[in-house]
Amino acid sequence: MSDSNDTYFIPEPSRWPIVGTIALFVAFIGGGMVLNGYINNGQYVLGIGVAAIIYLFYGWFKDVIDESIAGKYNEQVDISFRWGMAWFIFSEVMFFAAFFGALFYTRVLSIPWLGLEENVSNQFLWPDFQAVWPLLTTPDMTIAGVESKYMAIKEVIPAWGLPAWNTAILLASGATVTFAHWALKKGNRAALCWWLAATVLLGFIFVYLQATEYGHAYHELDLTMKSGVYGSTFFMLTGFHGFHVTMGATMLAVILIRSMKGHFSDHNHFAFEAVAWYWHFVDVVWLGLFVFVYWI
Amino acid sequence: MSEAVLHDDHHDHKPTGIGRWLFSTNHKDIGTMYLVFALIMFFVGGAMSMVIRAELFQPGLQYVDPQFYNSMVTVHALVMIFGALMPAGVGLANWMIPIMIGAPDMALPRMNNMSFWILPFAFTLLLSTFFMQGGAPAGGWTMYPPLVLQLGDGFPYLVFAVHFLGISSIMGAINIIATVFNMRAPGMTFMRLPLFVWTWIITAFLLIAAMPVLAGGVTMLLTDKYFGTAFFDAAGGGDPVMFQHIFWFFGHPEVYILVLPSFGVISQIIPTFSRKPLFGYTSMVYATASIAFLSFFVWAHHMFTVGMPLAGELFFMYATMSIAVPTGVKIFNWMATMWRGSMTFETPMLFAIGVLFMFSIGGFSGLMMGITPVDFQYHDTYFIVAHFHYVIVPGIIFGIIGGIYFWLPKWTGNMYDEKLGKLHFWLSTISVNVLFFPMHFIGLAGMPRRIPDYSVQFADWNNIISIGGFAFGLSQLLLVWVVIKCVRGGEKATDQVWEGAHGLEWTLSSPPPFHSFTTPPKVTDATAHS
Ligand code: HEM
Ligand SMILES: [Cu+2]
Repeated sequence: MSDSNDTYFIPEPSRWPIVGTIALFVAFIGGGMVLNGYINNGQYVLGIGVAAIIYLFYGWFKDVIDESIAGKYNEQVDISFRWGMAWFIFSEVMFFAAFFGALFYTRVLSIPWLGLEENVSNQFLWPDFQAVWPLLTTPDMTIAGVESKYMAIKEVIPAWGLPAWNTAILLASGATVTFAHWALKKGNRAALCWWLAATVLLGFIFVYLQATEYGHAYHELDLTMKSGVYGSTFFMLTGFHGFHVTMGATMLAVILIRSMKGHFSDHNHFAFEAVAWYWHFVDVVWLGLFVFVYWI
Repeated sequence: MSEAVLHDDHHDHKPTGIGRWLFSTNHKDIGTMYLVFALIMFFVGGAMSMVIRAELFQPGLQYVDPQFYNSMVTVHALVMIFGALMPAGVGLANWMIPIMIGAPDMALPRMNNMSFWILPFAFTLLLSTFFMQGGAPAGGWTMYPPLVLQLGDGFPYLVFAVHFLGISSIMGAINIIATVFNMRAPGMTFMRLPLFVWTWIITAFLLIAAMPVLAGGVTMLLTDKYFGTAFFDAAGGGDPVMFQHIFWFFGHPEVYILVLPSFGVISQIIPTFSRKPLFGYTSMVYATASIAFLSFFVWAHHMFTVGMPLAGELFFMYATMSIAVPTGVKIFNWMATMWRGSMTFETPMLFAIGVLFMFSIGGFSGLMMGITPVDFQYHDTYFIVAHFHYVIVPGIIFGIIGGIYFWLPKWTGNMYDEKLGKLHFWLSTISVNVLFFPMHFIGLAGMPRRIPDYSVQFADWNNIISIGGFAFGLSQLLLVWVVIKCVRGGEKATDQVWEGAHGLEWTLSSPPPFHSFTTPPKVTDATAHS
């Protein structure tokens, strides 16, 4: 250990990056095939790609974990990882910013414009269009006798039902992961594992509730991706968020297993913190969703 | 202690065979791969521009059909921006940043490898669209809907290639930030960093903030086409103009992502050959940072004619103008650095001075187009083509080429052929102006961009432009020859290489050892070169 404190660890040549690149490449090819309608062959290619990506994560992180356990990482390497994770999360923030931007742009600017009487689109194309939010009726539904490309929404999901419960669940999980961190710092492994397990459970309950909500939206409310811009922003934002929660909960589960194996010590547990940061990030994104997608 | 470190305590241990490149965790090897890849893509994109210029040599349709012509215009831009300029900048960063700040390597070497290897695969995806039903993207590199949604089977691959390249850029940027913030040698304080390092940290922040937004934008295109969403369809309550906002929120910072590394390179070159420290180092840092910051608030100057509210037109006009202030500071500082210096004009210096002059030409036309009312005349004409080619070709590519000449002796241990280098500079400079300057005239006279045919009054200038284009393209072969010649041998370079060069990178041998600075050097005011 003392040696590794003054030399920065430079890994030996590694095959994981190129494996990862090829895995993504195959997944993209498969995804494109599926989208282009070559479903039968495409889904296998996509499946192989996704499997390879999972294998990649497993293999690459296994190397990193082994190196960490072997004590190859000094303080400085740890800080590099911290910078890396922090700015990765920031890039995710900007990814969501694009979709939030789309939501605000349509709600604040473009839908009101479509409803303005002096606006040409209103005068010549859709004179009966009402600019309201939630937008249940798209402009092209307002012309009698023309079939719309989109599906009219019967009802949207109110904020103070299931979404409020989901907010409570995610906030609670933010608390439990913090309790887990405190337990880790005190060196109390049993408490660490229990609090982590609670967090993972809350994460997956959230995903489950989200899935039932989607079912309800599709089957009873006619709220789908094809329901005009309300459905588009709704599913894009909640969908990517739900995907991130799933990823986060899976990562937390890995951390739980590693905690049970005793991989972390009170002063050396970057992996735990990275996942916890990520979890807080998903949490904050949800608050934005709850307020701007469901509530106001 | 790692094996790698143990090894190079004894000898310079290099992996061999193809594995050295495929599995590399060495910043110099990865930097070399980036640069070679960029050079190849420079010629791939260049070949496409030659098709464009051949078609435009005369009015009428000669060689290609309009759809293919549009593919050439679109893919030329994508290849040059994402395949040549950005990788060249990252290649220089990879090679130089660790040895400029006294670090053993990049902070996250495996991720560094992945950011490089994504590139050839991403371009395989993109270029394969030429062989698909519906052909390659032809709606312009800006990918505006609804036009881009008409693309055939190539569409998902366009989107995925952009995603893939975005992943690569973000990983590269994170790596650079982690390296600079965490791996500086003791005493290498932020205000002692070489300016090239500074411009690259700022570029890295721009990349992390801008690339994900583009990824989000193209994702919405994808769902609009395949999943029935209505983001960019007014009939469903969306707005096609919204895509332009999202695209340019990325797109304008992107132009600074491209240019800042070039600014960084010439900020190294000019002091070296003026034998004076850079004038106004601190103001350079702040000017660069403010350019980057402002670049997030000017995007709609690309959309003046699209029908924005007046308040928007005015805001984006004034914001655009304001960027001229920090840019002016930089230009002034470079000139003041040369003032009363004992200057010599080796090839890198020539290219740097070329940047200074010709970037300014592009900057001025940018300023003109930033004035909303007059942009109604310039927009979507050859005037804007002239503008961005001035800032990109003699502004960015010249900077990168200057950097290549500047550091080539350090990388290879051999001096390049100075005569050929100078010849390359003069041929490029003359031809680039023959190529792009007349575009201002035909643009003002009303020739639209992205159209394979034009009315006959533009024929003479287009003739001249095409000749300039072919000459410029051919001149670049000289660069390849100079580089190959230099790699294969030549007069041995000293460690310092250039008489006026200061900084850690010049204390290493030429070429530097495979692993440099395994023990960090101590940096003091005397050894830092700001
Ligand atoms: C820093 C280097 C620069 C680069 C690489 C650059 C690049 C570009 C590119 C690629 C375009 C065309 C985009 C397209 O429609 O395809 C463009 C347009 C434009 N640029 Fe620049 N530019 C730079 C500097 C400037 C500066 C300094 C200004 C103004 C102060 C400026 C103002 C504009 C304006 C107003 C347009 C839009 C013109 C129109 O569409 O009518 N640019 N630039
Ligand atoms: Cu711009």
